Parts: sequence; structure tokens; C-alpha cells
Amino acid sequence: MREIMVRAMYCEMLGYDASFTYIHAIKLAQQGGVLEKRVGYLAVSLFLNEGHELLLLLVNTVLKDLQSTNLIEACMALTVVAQVFPKDMIPAVLPLVEDKLSHPKEIIRRKAVLALYKFYLIAPNQVQHIHSKFRKALCDQDPGVMTSSLHIYLQLITESPDGYKDLTGSFVTILKQVLGGKLPVDFNYRNVPAPWLQLQLLRILSLLGREDQSTSELMYEVLDESLRRAEMNHNITYAILYECVKAVYTIHPKAELLEKATRCIGNFVLSPKINLKYLGLKALTYVVQHDAKLALQHQMTIIECLDHTDFTIKRETLELLFRITNAQNVTVIVEKMLDFLHVSCYVPMKTLTFAPDNSWFIQTMNDVFSTGGDLLQQDVPNNFLRLLAEGSESKEEDDQLRLYAVDSYLTVLKGDASHLPQRFLQLMSWVLGEYAHLQESVDQREVIRLLTQLLDQRSVSSETRVWILSALTKISEGQTDLILDLAEGLSSSQDTVLRQQAQELRQLSQDSQLYEWVLFHLVALVCVFSSQVDSSLSFLDGFVSEALAAGAAPYKPPHQRQQELCEDRALNLEPYSFSLPVSLSSCSITDRQSPTLLSISSGLSGNSTELSQKAGSSTLILEGVKRVWGKDGYLQQKETTAPPVDEPSAAVQPSGQQEAAERLEPQLEPSTQNQDKQQLASSLFVGLGAGSSITTDSFLYGSLLEEEPATSISAFGHTPKSSTANGPAQNKDTKEDRRANTSHILGGDMVIVRPNTIQDKHPPPGSSDLTALLPADLKDLPHSDVSSLTSDPSLSMSSCRLFRDEALLLVIFISNCTETVIKDVAVQLTCEELEVCYSFFSVTHRPLVVTTEEYGKLWLSLSHDVKQNLKLLTDARDPLRTTLNALKDALQLHVVDIIGSEGIVACRLLSGAPCLLHCRVNGAALAMWLRSPHPVLPYCILYHCQRALAQTPR
Amino acid sequence: MIKAILIFNNHGKPRLSKFYEHYTEDTEQQIIRETFHLVSKRDENICNFLEGGLLIGGSDNKLIYRHYATLYFVFCVDSSESELGILDLIQVFVETLDKCFENVCELDLIFHVDKVHNILAEMVMGGMVLETNMSEIITQVEAQGKMEKSEVRAAPFGLV
Repeated sequence: MREIMVRAMYCEMLGYDASFTYIHAIKLAQQGGVLEKRVGYLAVSLFLNEGHELLLLLVNTVLKDLQSTNLIEACMALTVVAQVFPKDMIPAVLPLVEDKLSHPKEIIRRKAVLALYKFYLIAPNQVQHIHSKFRKALCDQDPGVMTSSLHIYLQLITESPDGYKDLTGSFVTILKQVLGGKLPVDFNYRNVPAPWLQLQLLRILSLLGREDQSTSELMYEVLDESLRRAEMNHNITYAILYECVKAVYTIHPKAELLEKATRCIGNFVLSPKINLKYLGLKALTYVVQHDAKLALQHQMTIIECLDHTDFTIKRETLELLFRITNAQNVTVIVEKMLDFLHVSCYVPMKTLTFAPDNSWFIQTMNDVFSTGGDLLQQDVPNNFLRLLAEGSESKEEDDQLRLYAVDSYLTVLKGDASHLPQRFLQLMSWVLGEYAHLQESVDQREVIRLLTQLLDQRSVSSETRVWILSALTKISEGQTDLILDLAEGLSSSQDTVLRQQAQELRQLSQDSQLYEWVLFHLVALVCVFSSQVDSSLSFLDGFVSEALAAGAAPYKPPHQRQQELCEDRALNLEPYSFSLPVSLSSCSITDRQSPTLLSISSGLSGNSTELSQKAGSSTLILEGVKRVWGKDGYLQQKETTAPPVDEPSAAVQPSGQQEAAERLEPQLEPSTQNQDKQQLASSLFVGLGAGSSITTDSFLYGSLLEEEPATSISAFGHTPKSSTANGPAQNKDTKEDRRANTSHILGGDMVIVRPNTIQDKHPPPGSSDLTALLPADLKDLPHSDVSSLTSDPSLSMSSCRLFRDEALLLVIFISNCTETVIKDVAVQLTCEELEVCYSFFSVTHRPLVVTTEEYGKLWLSLSHDVKQNLKLLTDARDPLRTTLNALKDALQLHVVDIIGSEGIVACRLLSGAPCLLHCRVNGAALAMWLRSPHPVLPYCILYHCQRALAQTPR
Repeated sequence: MIKAILIFNNHGKPRLSKFYEHYTEDTEQQIIRETFHLVSKRDENICNFLEGGLLIGGSDNKLIYRHYATLYFVFCVDSSESELGILDLIQVFVETLDKCFENVCELDLIFHVDKVHNILAEMVMGGMVLETNMSEIITQVEAQGKMEKSEVRAAPFGLV
């Protein structure tokens, strides 16, 4: 039997089905002696996966073996537990595995620790109570057990570094001991003491020391030591060095260490060994995020690597280039990436954030789509379409972009389109359908003709045909004859969806009134559907009956309807849902010829209750949609209609940078000269050196302007001083409505603020009472503390947030610290998106006042939950109440009730989405459990709770 | 975390495969084939790391491989593992095999699949590196071997 099982394993590995042996494997594990058991267990762990039903049969055997005194049996059981046990079986074995943590044999302890780690990964809340035992494992005498416990700590610390700062000392000590050779000699590998252990420790330390000066200081010495110890002689020491370098750059910087680390990177990059070069590039990629100038030192090597024969190296180099992309070198870098695209399907779209102008952007995207085509991830074309549809701040620029897109696509279509990827075709037909009307010089009939031609092509897939047809539907107004022909031809098509659509098209083109109706409803429908809500379609009932009464479209059976709707979703008209809030404020109805757009706007201005309800629901729903397009202009909408969702500034955003980029353009080398490496280098690394104001930072936030207020302040720190010195200080409240604020942000221009020259209020020194200066109508609003942003000898600047029910007001105080009078203050407001998003979250929620009962009901109805342990403020008499009150004050939460050691708290977003928090005292920690209908909200609230608690003085 | 460990020969015949995440059997076979295609066309003198194939998770995962005579040892790991660390782990694995089998060759892997798996289980457990200390691994494997032998010898006297 044993032999047969081994054969079966081999067969299975070769790809032959051996499922008939599974049951025998389990039997073998259950019944055999040690030898057979071992094979049985091995077979089980190879054959069965977590969800397999036969696993149930194994539970008893495993339990028995875990209790066995035979070491090997216990070992095998632990291995199998760690390998295949699913979530719901963990409780059965958990107590036994826990007991094994204090087993006299280290091998058992080690395996038990790893099994628990595996449990933690699968079901974190089930092992919460044994965290103290992990600490014991960390202090285990046996280095092996300690090493395995590091796995757990690495994971825990990655999740919440703040909770484990106190362990920093221990980790440093361990690393010191390892470096000092205190471990048994057989842990050495190539004369390096326990290298894997060192790697693990370094990784943990870098996580702990991130952005934390005091913790970082603890580890400087030991990092220095490991940098010194790791002599360059073997692979594994390089691995340690790399980890060291990364740690040095992650933790709070120290000049001396940075210098050493830089030298190491130099050694890596210049090494003739290809593996090291790769690692060097990787390190460099990591490091340029902190210091872009480093790339300059190695530019020649980087250029060489670009032409390296090794694919991996090339890829890594491009990654590096991608990190140093800025407005000045974008054309060259993108060209390099496009070259690369011909051999692989990788291109980071973010690079295009720096597009210098429209034509370049569209042309590049065309290249990307036609070469990358169907291999690209779905979100690339989606994002591109969204960009086109949403547009940016200025309407003219958008239209220009769209116009250019339409033009270039028409050109493409006039040529041979048969070889183009389907995605590209779909994209083109969408754009043409939407925006063809913008191009007045081209006859609509011509567009229709081109699209029809495309439709007839053999190579076009049916999905693409659907795209094309819906494009035709949009532009068909008034071209009844052409459309009728087309619809006639297609109504005998094999594809039901296509046939149905052709049928609809025909009906629609005959009845223009119906046409407008339908398009409007379709838009609303897509809005709702793209945001995946309201599958009951109840709001359509009216429309259906009306349409039936008019005798227009015959009623389709539900499944067919569903199919059509799915199809619509596949069509990805998502942009509509986004343009909805935009169109409220920024779309004017004037030059809309496209019926679709017209119907959106008219729909929105219409007063039908059904409609407003719909609009309401779709705005609400928008919260769930990932908003990838970070765009300065969006903040306003985020504020009023929907909260911002993670991932700011993900991609293409041409127009924001356009102006600035165009100004810089003359400096760019024509890209044809890239044979000369030197020249290539200069164009690649332009903007990284002295003029570092446009470095990776600004790239990260998608903004050309410096973020720190400090710079902008200093820029006008010396604004005119007049002779009179009548007031001790003069100050200016720049009260800004969000609207006004964003409009400044949009322009990115300097705003000249004229102070109210005669100030009757003399601000007391210090910023504490600045709130007294708030305008009368804002005084009563709840507000955050006034936090000082920056100051220099002449000016100081602080800000304060006011919470109004429907909006957030940002008040900026600029006070003059000198005796002189300042006439004009130029205020430059720039949005650093990441920061803004976060702080928006902190302020867009309001307390949610509910009773405990309501809370209970609501709790059950919410879907997304997150659990996490937080710090408890322990010094007070009633730690829970103190902590909750601290949170309440800091975060505008409503404490619903506190019962014993548990407390419930609630808040809601401005738009209404609630978030419920359930807190329980768990030893020295606060176990927090958050639920919300919104997937991201709990994380955000959690983040802010963490921050608030960390800031509270103990 | 280690996602999978694959050993195949120069012709792409799998000699050992161990997946620490669940894939269907078909996918597993495809992964092996895909990995072989990715790895086998690489020259000797270029680096030992490359991006994982699409099936096993694309660019989030790395393939780290070593080529010994007729066999490729490939570890598929996620971004949290150190490349050079894994590269040396492969070396440790091979050296351990070498010690256990005395001059390990492809045939050993074919005829003693279970033993190879047992050795691997001592090094990597559920995707995590359990032990990197070669002598410790060998001790464990040998202890188990001894126990088994005594069991086999004991069997005739028992009722099995």
C-alpha cells in the first residue's frame, strides 16, 4: 500500500488523475504504523486542499496524533495541520497545538509556532488570545523556535507597527547576539551566522523604525554593525546587505548610515555579477523614492542596463526609470517603455501622468493599445475612457483632447483596421459614439460608414460588435436610412445579443421621442448598474409599461433582459456614473448634440421624483466605486457628493501638468538622438539634479508644485512692508468655502489675498486663541484645534477645520509676526492629494446618534467588517471610557453605550453611510471591530483611531 | 511566503512539485509547463530571478531558480522574500539532498519522492521557511528514518 501510494503521488505530479487514491491516503494515515502513516500524511498534504470534503475524515486522526507521545507522529500531524486545515476546523485542533508550544522538544515547538502562524493568516481572530504565548516563543531558548516566531512578528508588525514598538529592544539584542556569533556554529552558513534569521530581523526592524525617530535611534548601532560585518564575499552576505540598505533608507535617516548604504548600492550596481546588479537596481529603485539624485551617480550603468540582454534586468531598469519620471523626461522614458512593450505587455500607466501635450498623449495611447492590445489589463482602457469622459478642469482642454482622439481614431479606422486588437476597437467605437459630434468638419454619415464597415469585418469579435452598435445607437439620430439598412442586416445575426440590439436600434431610429426617453433611462440604468446596486430594477417598471403601451419594444423575458444588462455592463459605460456629479456643476447644456449627454443633463435638471431618487441612489452608490483618477478638480465633488476612496492620483492626467510641461518642452532633446548614450542619459535624468523641485515627490502627487507650505511661504515672506506700524500684528482670515478653495487649487495659481487692512481684533500672542477670530457665523460650529502649519520670522500660518453639517470649512490663519504692515499676501494653495484624502476622511464623518437597539439592528445589516487591536489608554481609572472619549473628541464619533468592558460607537459619512464600531477591552489592548456598508470606510476610521490614540498623551 | 517549489529536468518533466497554495490539478500542470518555458530559455549567465508566469500570480511573484546539471530547482515566492536568501535556500536544499542520498541525482528524486518530500517538509512548512540549519534538518530526517526502521523491524512481532 505504501509503495502504491508513492506511485500515486508520482502519477498525480505528472498530471494524471489519481483521485481514486485519495481515500486510501486517508485510510493509510488513519490506520498504518508510523512508516505508513507518514506516507499517508504526505499523500494527504499533496492531494487534498483546504476545501476538500475528505479532510473531515482526517480530523480525528490528527487529533489523536497530536496527543501522541511519539514525536514523529506529532510532527506529522502538525505539518498536515499547517498545510491543509481550513478555517472551520481550526477550533478543533487549536488547544492541542497551543499546548505543543510548551513541549519539551524544540522541533515540536517550532512546528507548533508555524502552525499557529498559519492559523493567524487564515483566521486572525481565532488566535488573538495567544499573543502572549508568541512572546514566550520569541524568548525561547532554542534559536530555531525563536526564528519561527519571527514569521509571526513580521506579519503582526506589518499590520500594525505601533503595537510592537516595545519589542524593538529585544530584536536589536537578538540581532546583536547573532552578529556576535553567540549562536551555535551549525547555524552558520558559509561562515555567516544564521543569515536568514538576520534577514528576518532586519526586515522587522525597518518596519518598526519607519517614521519613528526614537525607535530608529535604538537600531542605528546594530545596523552599522551589520553593514560592517557583512563583507562582500558571498551571495548570502549580499542578501543581508541589501536588506540592511533597505532598512537604513526606511527608518528615520541618519547621514552616516545613509552614506554607507549608498556606497553599498554603488558596489551592487557596479558588480559584474548579474544577480547583484539586479539587486542593486532594485535597491536603487527603492532609494530614488527618497533621494532622486542617487540615480544621477549611476546614470551610465543604468543606461547600459537598459540595453542588457537579460529581460529581468531590463524590466527592473524600466521600473527605476518609471520612478524618476517627470515632466521633462517623460517622452524619452515612455518611448523606451514602448520599445519594451513590443516584447512584453508591461507598461506602468502612471508614467503618462506627465504627458506634455494632447497629441503626444493620444498618440502614445494609440501605440500602447495597438501593440499591447488585448494583453493589457482591463483597467487600462477603462481608465483611459474615464479620463476622456470625466475630463479635467477646463472644458476647452477636454474638448480639444476628445477632438484629437476622434480625429486620430478616424484616421486609424480609415486605414486597415483588421489587425487591431479588439480592445482598441472597442475603445475607438466608444469614443466615436460619444464625441464624434465634436468634430464638425466630419460628416456623421462618414463616421457611421466607418463604424459599419468595422462591423462587417470578419475578425471583429461579437463583444466588439456590441460596442460598435451601441456607438452607432448614440450617433444615429437623424440618419434613419443608414441605420435601418444596418439593423435589417443584423437582425438575422446568429448572436442573440447583437440581434436584439439591432432590433432595438431599428425601433429607436423610427421613433425619435422614444429614442430620447430610452437613452435617458439607459444612462440612469447604467449608472445604477455600473455601481452594482438595485438589481430589482423597480424604477424601470413605469418605463416598461409605458413603452409597452406605446407598442414599441416587445417585452423580453427576464433572463434575456438580464443578459442585455450584463452586456451593458460589459460595455463599460461607467464613465457616465462619474460624469453625473460633474455634469451637475460643470456641464452646460449649450453645445450638446449627443443625445446621450443631453439626456443626462436634462435628466438631472428634470424634477421627476423617481429621477431624483435615482440620482440620489446613484450618488450614494458612488462611494463604493473605486475612484482611481486623482485629480485636483475632484476634491470638491468628493467632499460634497461622495467621500474619496483610496488610491489617489493613480494615473493619466495630462492637462493638469500641461501648461508647465509645455513650457519646459523646448529643453527636451528630440528623441531620435538616443543612439548617443550620453545624450540619452541627459534626457533621462533631466530634472533630477539641481532643479529638484520637479522630482519624484511632485510626481507622486501628480502635481508640479511644491507641497510644503514652507516653500510657498518663504516665497512671499518678503512681500512689501509699509512704513506704518500701527498694529502689533495684523491678520487675515481666509475663510474659504470648499468651492472657492478648490477653484484655487485647480488653477494652482497664486491667489492674492488682500488683508482687511484695519483689524479691530488684536490677536493675542500664540495661536491658541486664534479661533476667537473666526467670523461670527462660523463661531458656533465645532472645530478642530488650530494647528500651526509653518512659520518664519515674518509670517506664521495655521489652519483649523470647521465641521458644518453639509461641508467642511478650512480656515487658514496667516498672521504677521513683525511690526510692519503687510499689504498683500499671496497665498498659493496646492493640494497634496494623498494627505488631503486622508484628512477628508477624518472630517467628512459626523457622529451618528442611534440607540443601542437600532445599533444592534444596523450592525447585523452591514457587510464589511474589519477587526484590529488598538492601544488602550491604560493609566486612567476607567480605561475604556477614557479611550472612547478620547476618540470621540478627536474623531467626532458618537458613543452609543458602554456596557461593562464593551463599548459601542457610531459615526456616519456626510452622505449617510454609517460605520459602527464595537470595542472590547482585551487585556491591555482595545479590540476594535468595525462594520460599514462601505468597504474602505472601516479602514479609514481605524487608521484615524490609531492615529488619534497614538497622539493622545499617556 | 513561498508559493510553490518545482523541480523539473531539462526536458520539462516534473520531478517534484509542491504547491503551498491551492490550484486545480490542471492549473498546476500548466504552471509547471509555463515555468519551464520561462526558465529554460534563459541563458546560463544571466540572473537567477524572473517574474512569475501569469498563472501563478504574475508580477507579484518571483521565480527564483538554480540549474544543476539536469535539474532545475525553481522556487516561486511572493515579494516578501529576499531573492538572494531564497537562492541560497535552494543551495541548502540541494546540499541536504546530497548528504541524505550521497551524490544525489535525478533518479534519486524519481525513486524516493517521499523522502525528498520529507526533507522538504523539514525545511519549508506551509510556505514558510522552517529550518535553514543543514545539520538540524539532517538530524531530523535521520531520526525519522531510524524510527521507521525500528518500526519495520518491530512489525513482525506485533499483530500487523
